[in-house]
This record gives sequence, structure tokens and C-alpha cells, in this order.
Amino acid sequence: MGRRLVGWAGEVLVTLGVLLLLFVAWQLWWTDVVAERDAARVVEQLRADFAGGPVADGDGAPATDLPGDAVALLHVPRFGADWVRPVLEDTGPEVLATGVGHYVGTAGPGEVGNFAVAGHRTTWGRPFHDIDRLRAGDRVVVETAEHVYVYAVTGHEVVPPTDVAVIAAVPDDPGAAPEQPLLTMTSCHPRYSAAQRYVVHAALAQTLDPADLDTALASATEG
Amino acid sequence: MYAALWRALPGPTWVRAVQATALLALVVVVCFRWVFPWLEPLVPFTEVTVGP
Repeated sequence: MGRRLVGWAGEVLVTLGVLLLLFVAWQLWWTDVVAERDAARVVEQLRADFAGGPVADGDGAPATDLPGDAVALLHVPRFGADWVRPVLEDTGPEVLATGVGHYVGTAGPGEVGNFAVAGHRTTWGRPFHDIDRLRAGDRVVVETAEHVYVYAVTGHEVVPPTDVAVIAAVPDDPGAAPEQPLLTMTSCHPRYSAAQRYVVHAALAQTLDPADLDTALASATEG
Repeated sequence: MYAALWRALPGPTWVRAVQATALLALVVVVCFRWVFPWLEPLVPFTEVTVGP
């Protein structure tokens, strides 16, 4: 009887171990598969919407079956010449499982204030995996139906997860009146940890027409 | 546990093997679709936002 109990206990422990490995496989591999597929689908849909012409700000018909309202397309040439991810409204887990999330209440693309977005560094398509490779002067391009906003990276900081001042209208100076259109990207730091946040700040350098997107991206990639 | 499960499955060996594989696949699907997404926020290695 005792031997049998030990045998069962052993099998339960081995099963738990296998399930734990399965969880790791799900987290590190499957979430990427799902998120990249979803992101590609949303990008395609957004491109079709943009091609349909400018939509009235705010009261345009919401794009169908998007998780959260799509705000823009984000291009970061440093992450790859063809790198593009959708920016969706809100920063909840469902939104971040598809694309980059726009912090509710922060400025919109190109607006004076801080257009603040969050993205995964690992898992779920890991859009901001290489966020630490961004250098001052790198271009971050935000594409909307009406405009293409080219931001230039100004710097980065590593902060505690509770430091909400980094997404303030004037970063690290909450309460100050914004005068400049800025962009802030947040992700986790170090990789595979949630101990800190890696934060990149950028300032608007150029506002272009959608037709100039490819030129802007090409020059950003060369530079 | 698994020995008892194997004995409980009906049919010849190859039929039991097919059933065991199907059960395993079912466990993986249930974990991937429902259990792990529920578990993820409880082991927060992947938080990326700043918040109070």
C-alpha cells in the first residue's frame, strides 16, 4: 500500500513538472505565434481602412473585430525595415496580446503632449524586444489615416514599475503644461522580468503626408 | 495513476494508444486555451506598463 502511494505521488509530481514545462512552452512560443498572427491581421485591416481615405477623428465607424480601437500603425526602422505593429487603444492584457497599447488619457499621435505606448519585451509577439537598441536620433514613425508622424528618439531611462511620471504630458514633470508633441514607449526590464520598466522618449521631428511614408522609412533606415 | 488509466481504457493496445494520445492532446489544448491564459497574470513576468 505504501509503495503504491509513493508511486502515485511520484506520478503526480512528474505530471506537475511536465505541465510547468508546457506552460513555459506556451508562454515563450505559443503566445508569439498567436500574437504575430493577430498583429498581421490588424495591420492588414488598418492599411485597408487607411487606404479608404481619412476618417473623421473619433466618430468614424469603428473597424470591425479589432480588439480595442486601433489608433495607428507603428514603424520602428531600428527593429527592421519592414517592422510594423498596430497601436491599439488601452493597455490591458488583451490589447497587448495583439499589438502595442496606447495609454488611455495620453495624447494622440502628433498631438502636443505625450503619445505614450506600451509593448511586450518578451512573449506575445514581443514588439519591443529590441527597445534597448534604440539610440538617440533613431526614427520612430507613427502612421495614421491622415498623417505620418516622424519622431526622433531623445533618450531612455530605466524606472520602477510605479513611476507613472514617465508617461506624463511632460515626462518626469507631472502637472507641467505640455508644449511639445512627444512619444514615450514603455516595456519591461530586464527581459523575462517585471522588476523594472525600460522607457524610451522621442520628440516629433516631422509631420508628413501618408504618401511620403515609404520615403520617410527608407531615409530612416539608411540614417 | 497512469497504469490504472491504461487499464481503464477499452480495446486492444493500439486502440488504447490512440485514446491515450487523444487525451494528451485534449489536456494540451485545454491548458493552452483556458488554463494558461488564466494563470499568466498570476505569474507576472510579462508586465510592461507603468501604473500606480
